[in-house]
Order: sequence, then structure tokens, then C-alpha cells
Amino acid sequence: MNEMQFLTWVRGPGLDIAVGIFLLGVLWRLIEIYLLGRKQDVAPGRHREGASGLHTVFRRSVPPPGMVKRSPVSYIGGYIFHIGLALIVFFFMPHILFFKSVLGISWPGLPSQFIDLVTVVTMAAMVVVLFDRINKPVKRYLSTFQDWFTWTLTFLPLLTGWLTVQHLLLPYTTMLALHILSVELLLIFLPFTKLFHAFTVFGSRWYIGKINGHRGVPV
Amino acid sequence: MSASLQKGINALKEVIDAPVASYFSSCVHCGLCAEACLFYVETGDPKYTPIHKLEPLRRVYEQEYTLLGRLAKMVGLSKPVTDDELESWKELVYDSCTMCGRCSMVCPVGNDIVYMVRKLREGMAVSGHAPDGIKGATKRTVEIGGPMGLKWPAVANVIKKAEAATGEAINVDKPGADYLVLLSSMEIVNYPEYLEALVKIFRKAGLTFTLASDAFEATNAGIQIGASDIAKVIVSRIVNSAEKLGVKYVLSPECGHAYMAIRWEGPNLIGRPYKFEVVHVLELLDDLRKKGVLKVKDKFKDPLILHDPCQIVRRGGVLDAPEPLIQSVAENYIPVVDKQKWNWCCGGGGGASAIHTEEAEALRAKAFGIKKRQIEQAGVGTMVTFCANCRIVIEEAFDHYGMNTQLLGLTELLAEHLED
Repeated sequence: MNEMQFLTWVRGPGLDIAVGIFLLGVLWRLIEIYLLGRKQDVAPGRHREGASGLHTVFRRSVPPPGMVKRSPVSYIGGYIFHIGLALIVFFFMPHILFFKSVLGISWPGLPSQFIDLVTVVTMAAMVVVLFDRINKPVKRYLSTFQDWFTWTLTFLPLLTGWLTVQHLLLPYTTMLALHILSVELLLIFLPFTKLFHAFTVFGSRWYIGKINGHRGVPV
Repeated sequence: MSASLQKGINALKEVIDAPVASYFSSCVHCGLCAEACLFYVETGDPKYTPIHKLEPLRRVYEQEYTLLGRLAKMVGLSKPVTDDELESWKELVYDSCTMCGRCSMVCPVGNDIVYMVRKLREGMAVSGHAPDGIKGATKRTVEIGGPMGLKWPAVANVIKKAEAATGEAINVDKPGADYLVLLSSMEIVNYPEYLEALVKIFRKAGLTFTLASDAFEATNAGIQIGASDIAKVIVSRIVNSAEKLGVKYVLSPECGHAYMAIRWEGPNLIGRPYKFEVVHVLELLDDLRKKGVLKVKDKFKDPLILHDPCQIVRRGGVLDAPEPLIQSVAENYIPVVDKQKWNWCCGGGGGASAIHTEEAEALRAKAFGIKKRQIEQAGVGTMVTFCANCRIVIEEAFDHYGMNTQLLGLTELLAEHLED
């Protein structure tokens, strides 16, 4: 297989397989989780403004009082790489063109020099949070193979994408193919690893907000 | 696999629901919950990270309720939960967790960790891995009536003393009273002045109350140990008695876990709402304060801070009553930084105070460090709280550290300063 064939494969069958596993996986996992249901709370509830599932879905995006000081890297690093990833995935012009070709819809993008900068900053933030995971006793203690693996899965598309745009290390075609391949790996593993929090975070926040909101506590 | 372990795992399978599945699927191992846990914050030992305490429950979830987990189990790739493991987890699920719920407040993905600890305890209890101290308390509650093994004569004795002190007759088993008053054993033994305070307050308010000889104990060791069947038996005593007497309200004492048990878990244990309302004594007091019934003749002068019991405030939702009440009776109330729903636990909730092993007691004393600093930073000689269990734990800690801080119960403090 030469580099063109490689690129054609990752753009064609490779992408189909990855997206297929991703979509079915997401659907399966959501069903597997949320069909378990929960018992209705029959204790008469207490109403308080701001105590609901929806409130908590938004509230948990903001650090609780005093917590940034206790774990600055988690919050600052976490914000930077999450926002960075979103900007890169959804506002880099070539990505928008890809979405347009698949979904038929498009939206305005951000200048590519800006995305370059965002990518470097995001990669730096990810390296810092990785270092924090190694360095902080609690994080190191909690870490399993999955934590290192999912970090790598998330980092590789950033790195290969950046190298592709910068025309570094490998010929453009090969690098682009590797970039697409790395995204496909990410898609395949996302539903079955902790990366699935991208979907369940909303359900989890909603449940905790609802369960505690029933007792009149905004959490 | 032993029969008791099988029962424990079945219990865990039974308590896993969509929230639990969603929570475990959302955890990114960020470890922020540790920063909210008094046991981690005071010891720095990562094993006390709240989400880690749930590891056996997580594995049962993964192995029984996820496709990949079931596949891994089939081909023998997963690590089964064992008796030895649960035994070693006892310290993490009971000694070093007071179910204070502070971890649930900070999780960025919204995992309700304390909700899951409560569920894990179901499996721990039924498989025989609960601590002896809580087992004993539970056994005494079922067989004798209360966690400390108190019988009605002890209560009758407290009633007699309160009658002598207040010059007023106290109703027992009286149908049609406004309130059925519940007590916790600790109040009966250590803080009998609580009942005197109630007599005074009810007289002022023009309300009537009764005690019930078949349902005086408000606490529920079944919930602390994690045995819903036992918890149901215990709570049913109160429900049957209150509905038989036809009271409008049941008054939960200051005790935090009692309030959680009777107000929030009780209806779910018996599977229906009650025919009466459950009111926490502070809710009643705040209501009376708003109506202008509670007028104080003078105020407590010394500077003081308030300790908000977790189960009443953060987990029970009595958020707004405590502060106005303390302000109404204290001239120098100093709010602490982490107050109300952010307060730090005394270290002995969730049944922990019933565990009397050397290690558990040492850990409890260490975890109290955070409260100690709150007191020192505020520079006060008095702390007020409204939970009998917190009071015992805090007084033990004061002794341990040789602190000469004064600890007061909010209801009694108010009663003392009421206009005659």
C-alpha cells in the first residue's frame, strides 16, 4: 500500500468502520446505561429556586468555591484543553469542510493561524495535565491503563493534525492519513472508555441535580 | 463463593440503577473528590479518595451491566469481587466515610458519590462486612428499640425530670396532638435538656405534642449500616405510631441521620408517602421565629461559630433556618468560610461514631483537624450545632485535643434565651 492508497483507505472504508462503531457504540452505551432507570422518590419534595437537574447541568461547569486553589492544574488545564479541543474540532476550516461533505451543513470557521496557536496551547495543556496525573498522588493512585491510553488517543489527533498542517516530519499525504487514522481510533474507543463522559456528563449532572433538588439542595 | 458474598453481590446488582451507571461511565479519575473529603484532606492518603471507596461497586457494575464487562467476565479477564476485598474495604466504606456528601458537591461530571456509598453499604452489610460497632447498634435498635439499648423507662425518666423542671405535664401516647416528638438515644442520655427546651417552646407557640412509648427513637441504624430491610422495620415503628395517634406532624430531633432516615429515606423504604408531615425541629423553630412567636429576652454575648450538620443541611435541605436562628440569639455570630451546604463534617456521621476500634478513633480525631482549624481561625471559644451525634463526636475531639471550647445545642440555646 502506498501513501495515496493509505489515505484513500482511511478516508473511505476506514472512516466508515470507525464512524459505524462510534455511532452504534454510543447508542448501545446510552441504552445500556439509561434503560436501567431508577425508582421514583416518593418522599414529598421540597422546592427551592436553583435546585434542579437542569441548573446542575450548567452549575457544574463552574468550579465550586475554593476548589481552583486546591487543584489549579485540573481546572485551568482542564478548561484550556476542553475549550481548545472544541475550537479545533469544530472551527478549523478543513474540519468544517469535512462536516459539510458528510452532513451537508457548514458554519463559519476561525483563521488557521489562530487554530495553530490554539493547537499548540491545547497540546501544552494536555502535557501539563498528564504531568499532573503522574505527579499528584491522588491522580497517580486512581490511574489505570485506561487513563494513559485515553490521554494518548486524545493527544495523537492533535499532534498529527498539527504536524500535517505544518508539513513536518512525514510527507503531507502520509501525515494526513495518520491524522485521520488517529481520529478513527479515538472514535472507536470513545464509547467504551472514560472518554464516554462526553455523553454521560449531561445525564450524570442532571441526575445529581434532580436527586438533591428533590430535597431542596442546589448542588 | 460464600453464600454471604453471593448475597452481597446480589444486593449490589439490585441497587445499581441508571444514575449509578451514568456516574461510573462519567468518572475521568480527576481526583477532585479527594479535595472535598475530610479524611483525605486531613491525612493526605490517596486511598481515602471518595470515588476509590466505590471500587467494588464499580466492578460489579462493569461486570454485570456493560457489554464489554460481561464479555471480559465470560472469558475470565475480569477481577471478581471477593470476601477479602470487601473486608479490606470496610475501613474505606465505614471508618473513613461519614456519608457527609461533600464529595458529591464538587465532582465536575456530577457524580453523586455519597448516593453510591449508601448503595455499596447494602452489599457490605448483607455480606457481613460492616464494622462490629455499627452491627451492634443495629442489633440493639432492632431488638431493644434504640442503638444504645435504651428502653422506655429511660425516656420516662427524662420526661419526669423535664416535667419537674418546667412544671408542665408531658403527653405520652396522646391521640390528636399536633406533633409527635421523636428523640435520639444520645439526647435521652446526654442532652435531656432538649426535651425541656421543647416544652418551653411549644408552650410559647401554643402547640401540643406527645411522645410515643412505642416510637421514641428517631435514629435508624439500618440506614447507617446499609440494610434497607432493617431500616424499613425501624422507620415503620414511627410511621405506625404516628398514624395511629393521628398527629399532623412528626418532629425530627436535631440528630442529622435521624432526619435523613425519617424525612427522606422513610417513605421510600415503606413505599408510600406518610399521612403526616415530617418537620425538623429547626424548621419549626424558624417558622415560629418568622411568626414572631420566639422572642428572646437577651442574647448570648460570646463570639461563636456554627457547625452545620451534614445530613440536616447539605443532604437534608434545611438550608435557610439555622443562620437566622443563631443570629436571633447570638450577638457575635461569626460565619465560617465553608458554611451551610459547604460545611465540613465533624468526622463521626454515617455510623462512624459507633465504630470504636483504635484505628477508627484515631482517624476520627485526625479528621477533626479541619474543624479545629475553623474554631482557631475564627478565634472563638464557643461552637453551636444542632445534631446530637455531632455533639458527641465534637466533645470527644475537644477532649482528645484538650480544647476548652464550649459546645452548645441550638435548640437549647434558643430556649434558654426565650422570653418567659
